[in-house]
This record gives sequence, C-alpha cells and structure tokens, in this order.
Amino acid sequence: MDDKNDRIRPTEAQLKARRSRNVALALALVAFVVLVYFGSIFKLGPAVFNRPF
Amino acid sequence: MALAQREQILDDTGRLSEATAGDFLSLLKPRVMSLVIFTAFVGQILAPGSLNPILAFIATLCIAVGAGAAGALNMWYDADIDAVMSRTQKRPVPDGRVTAKEALAFGLTLSAFSVATLGLMANWLAGGLLAFTIFFYAVIYTMWLKRSTPQNIVIGGAAGALPPVVGWAATSGAVSLESIVLFLIIFLWTPPHFWALALFKTGDYERAGVPMMPNVAGEASTKRQIFIYSILVAVSGILPTALGFASIYYGAFAAALGLGFIWYAWRVLVVADETMKPAKSLFGFSVLYLFAIFAALLVEAIVTRIGA
Repeated sequence: MDDKNDRIRPTEAQLKARRSRNVALALALVAFVVLVYFGSIFKLGPAVFNRPF
Repeated sequence: MALAQREQILDDTGRLSEATAGDFLSLLKPRVMSLVIFTAFVGQILAPGSLNPILAFIATLCIAVGAGAAGALNMWYDADIDAVMSRTQKRPVPDGRVTAKEALAFGLTLSAFSVATLGLMANWLAGGLLAFTIFFYAVIYTMWLKRSTPQNIVIGGAAGALPPVVGWAATSGAVSLESIVLFLIIFLWTPPHFWALALFKTGDYERAGVPMMPNVAGEASTKRQIFIYSILVAVSGILPTALGFASIYYGAFAAALGLGFIWYAWRVLVVADETMKPAKSLFGFSVLYLFAIFAALLVEAIVTRIGA
C-alpha cells in the first residue's frame, strides 16, 4: 500500500483545535514555571541562595 | 502503515481530537470555580497571620485549579448522567468533544499539581485539605452519594464548603473555630440552594436516575426541609458576630439577608405555583446571599486592617 496516501489527513477543524490546545498548554507551562520561580524566591527569601557548594 | 497501527488510529483512543482549549477549560466548571475562588480568598484574608501577596495569589490559584480538577473528575464519572439532563448535556464529555479518558487524565494531573504546589508554596495542612476536598467531591460525592441517597448534596456539600477552610489554613497554617463557621455557612446553604434547583428540574434528575430529594421524598417534604435549612442558614450567617470575629454591623447585615432567605423559603413552602417561580426566586437569592455574606466579611476585614 502506498504509505503517502494512507496517512490520516486532519481536517481544518482538527488542525485548529490542535493549535488551540498547543497554545493553551504552552501558556500553562510558562505560567507554571513563572509561578514556581517567583514562588520559590518569596517562600525561601534570602535562603534561596543558601546551598552547599 | 501496518494494519494494526491504522486500526489504532481509527479506534476512539487514537482519534484526532477536535477538542479546543475552551472545552478543557469548561471541564473545570468555571462558574462553580468563581465561587470557590471568592470564598477561599475570603478565608485567606480573614485568617490571622500574613502570607506574601505572591504566595497568597499562588495559593488562591491552586485552590481554584484543585476545585476545577474535581469538576473534571466529576464530568468524567458522570458523563452518563450529564447526557440525559438538559442542563448538562452540552458538557464536553457527553457532547463527544472530549473523551472520558481525556477528562480523567486532565482531572488527575491538575489535582496532583494543585495539591503539590499548594503544599510547597503555602503549607502541607492546606495542601492536605485541598487533596481531601478533591477526594471528597470526586469519590465520596460523585461516585458514591450522588447515585445512592437523597442526602447526597447534604453530605456532599462539605466539599463545596471546604475552600474557605483551605484558604484559612494556607494563611495561618491552622484550622480554627472561625474557619469552621465559614464552612458551616456554606454547608448549611447547600441543601436549600440545590433543592430549590431540583424542584424546578425534577424531571431532569428523575430521567437521569439521580435520587434528589423532590423525586424521592416528594415536593411537600422537600419544601419543608428547605424551610428548616433556611432558618439554619440565617442563624449560621450571624455566627461570626455572635462568636466575636465580626462586628455588629456585619451581624445586622447578615440578619437582614437571613430574613430574606427565610422569606423566599417561606414562599416556596406556601405558594402553590406550577411554574415553580418561588423555587427559582429562592435559587437566585441563595447565590446572592452567599456572595453578599462573604463580601461583607471581606469588606469588614479590609476596613479593619486599614484602620489598624
């Protein structure tokens, strides 16, 4: 069977929905990283720099 | 492409999804979430001690996401019920936009992240209470009580009443009498609120086989119970003043609102109306009541802090 013709082609609606999910997931991940970064700084305060060398 | 692979793609588990980000957002029940955010925030502000504003914001966000995750788990389990009820049949799972498995994975992931983040950023008492809230709503209420007893929303109401306790614990690191009073206000408010809804949606619940009070004990009994609970709601509303952690002004405001609640419940009890207009009015007023009580507590706490 011709592999090229056998592929599933997403419809316009499926592509649009996938893009929307991808953007939302990217934003959620960035937001989570920012929250953990600032959260750690404010939770630990100056102690954030106290670590064994 | 191997046949087995192709079959897997055409199978439901490997289908190309048309679910948008908005569909996943609606799994979190944003309208319920807004009340959770508000009551949890009030709990945070009222509690003794202080939490850094950034950490307080993260704590509120975690409680909101945790509540949303519980909503997603509820929609995963209740898709069969939601499909036959007019109020819920357009939800993403019964409508086929999101699969049940996706809703389950989404709910579990957000539950784990919200609990862990709250535990790390605030404290583990708050994190533990949030985990218990999600467990209580998803397992005790959704999987067990909802389909088995007309007391479902009475006991299950504890899940909706816990957010201010979680918020209080996030700030103070403890659970105190004041936070239990906040819990009690929402806990006692839940039955009349949902039974008023059930009175004008009886057909829906009956079709879905959910044993709500009106279709098990009958309309007359439900109306009597609504009235009894409305008195308890009014009393619980003035407890903050009675116990000395809110002013007499708050007490007068809460008493007036409580009398309003009893008045609407009384109309449900005595006015015979086929269209269930009194029940709809009580339902509308109950939302306003809870919002106003917590808003009053919030305003008073802020004014007291500014004055101090």
